[in-house]
Amino acid sequence: MQDSGIQVLFQGTNFLRLLEGLLISLRIAVVSMGLSMVLGILLGMVMTSNNKVIRFLCRIYLEIVRIMPQLVLLFLVYFGAAKHIGMNLSGEMAAVIVFTFWGTAEMGDLVRSALISIPAHQYESGFGLGMTKLQVSCYIIIPQTVRRLLPSLINLLTRMIKTTSLVVLIGVVEVVKVGKQIIDASRYTTPTAALWVYGAIFILYFLICYPFSRISAVLEKKLKD
Amino acid sequence: MDVNFIQNYYPLYVEAAKMTITISFIGIVLSLVIGLICSMIKALKIPVLGKVVNIYIEVSRNTPLLIQLFFLYFGLPKLGIVFSSETCAIIGLSFLGGSYMAEAFRTGIDNVASIQMESGLSLGFTKGQVFRHIILPQAVATSIPVLCANIIFLIKETSVFSAVALADLMFVAKDLIGIYYKTDEALFMLVLSYLAILLPVSLICTWVERRVRYAGFGNTSAVSGN
Repeated sequence: MQDSGIQVLFQGTNFLRLLEGLLISLRIAVVSMGLSMVLGILLGMVMTSNNKVIRFLCRIYLEIVRIMPQLVLLFLVYFGAAKHIGMNLSGEMAAVIVFTFWGTAEMGDLVRSALISIPAHQYESGFGLGMTKLQVSCYIIIPQTVRRLLPSLINLLTRMIKTTSLVVLIGVVEVVKVGKQIIDASRYTTPTAALWVYGAIFILYFLICYPFSRISAVLEKKLKD
Repeated sequence: MDVNFIQNYYPLYVEAAKMTITISFIGIVLSLVIGLICSMIKALKIPVLGKVVNIYIEVSRNTPLLIQLFFLYFGLPKLGIVFSSETCAIIGLSFLGGSYMAEAFRTGIDNVASIQMESGLSLGFTKGQVFRHIILPQAVATSIPVLCANIIFLIKETSVFSAVALADLMFVAKDLIGIYYKTDEALFMLVLSYLAILLPVSLICTWVERRVRYAGFGNTSAVSGN
């Protein structure tokens, strides 16, 4: 076989190790997404409140998340927390905290706009039919909100998966780090390893994110019709 | 907090901020150009190019910038294609930004009622003229909010360029933490620098968004929402 260097991916357990690394990235994304969803729904409900102080505080929170790069937040938590709280946060823990902080804000804003977009007559008709507040929420409002939310929710999940690639910069051993290890280990045997390994990671990320963005696009289209 | 330290080292941040701003600016301008071209190709339904644009958009939107950069910076040199950090950063940012901008323009173009294209054509305009004088001004106006969000997003994304050894804000902060262990001061100035760059941009965006809400002629549903 011609020595192109691609075999570096399949030497020993290299490919399996890459996948394991990817699993760690995904775990961070999924855990943060789960937490963001719970907290974000609460935040969204809080944001529809009429209290000006609460709305102002939420606004500041959203602006911080909107303006600060996620990497800066990661640095703040990872390096800052270690020094001040004296807690030795693992990189993965820091990543989950930051992604949840970010995701909650995004999720909260989505929930807020979904809740607002439901016309008041939906509530009124529900009450007019003699339903209780709980029944109106469960059977009328929540199903519609969820349908409106779903596309942007999946969108947020793909963004989160993509952003997990940053955690290598605070020392989490995930797919990119494993890739670097493989490249370093085969520096002399396969000098072109970097090309193949980073190419493979590139494709792996695409393979994960592409289905989600398709689903999100289809759902969005369905919603419009 | 060591004020002296901040006084001594803030020039480093100023330099780095200049670098971040320059790269963002070039990257954003290129993204806008790429986005505009791609969205026009899609809108005019050019056969083969349309497919290529679609593939480009999917690939660029579904992969992280960091991985694109690593591939450009560490991978491609193995094929003999060597880029400097700056070129790499600009290529990466415009590759990523182009697709986001294209999507933004596309929504804007879709929002302009198709009757306007037909009216323009029947008045004797060519397709290109209709596009330039009628569709585009309205499309740009409706896509301004998304374009603004994208600009902020792209400036934020520049923070990963330190990973390919570009001397930007993150790079300086990491250096100072590594050399002097002045974590607080370094992070404080980092946050401050990003605020100084992004807060004005964010405010300008809000202002511009308010100014351009004139689009949507002949298509009331497009504006009624905001």
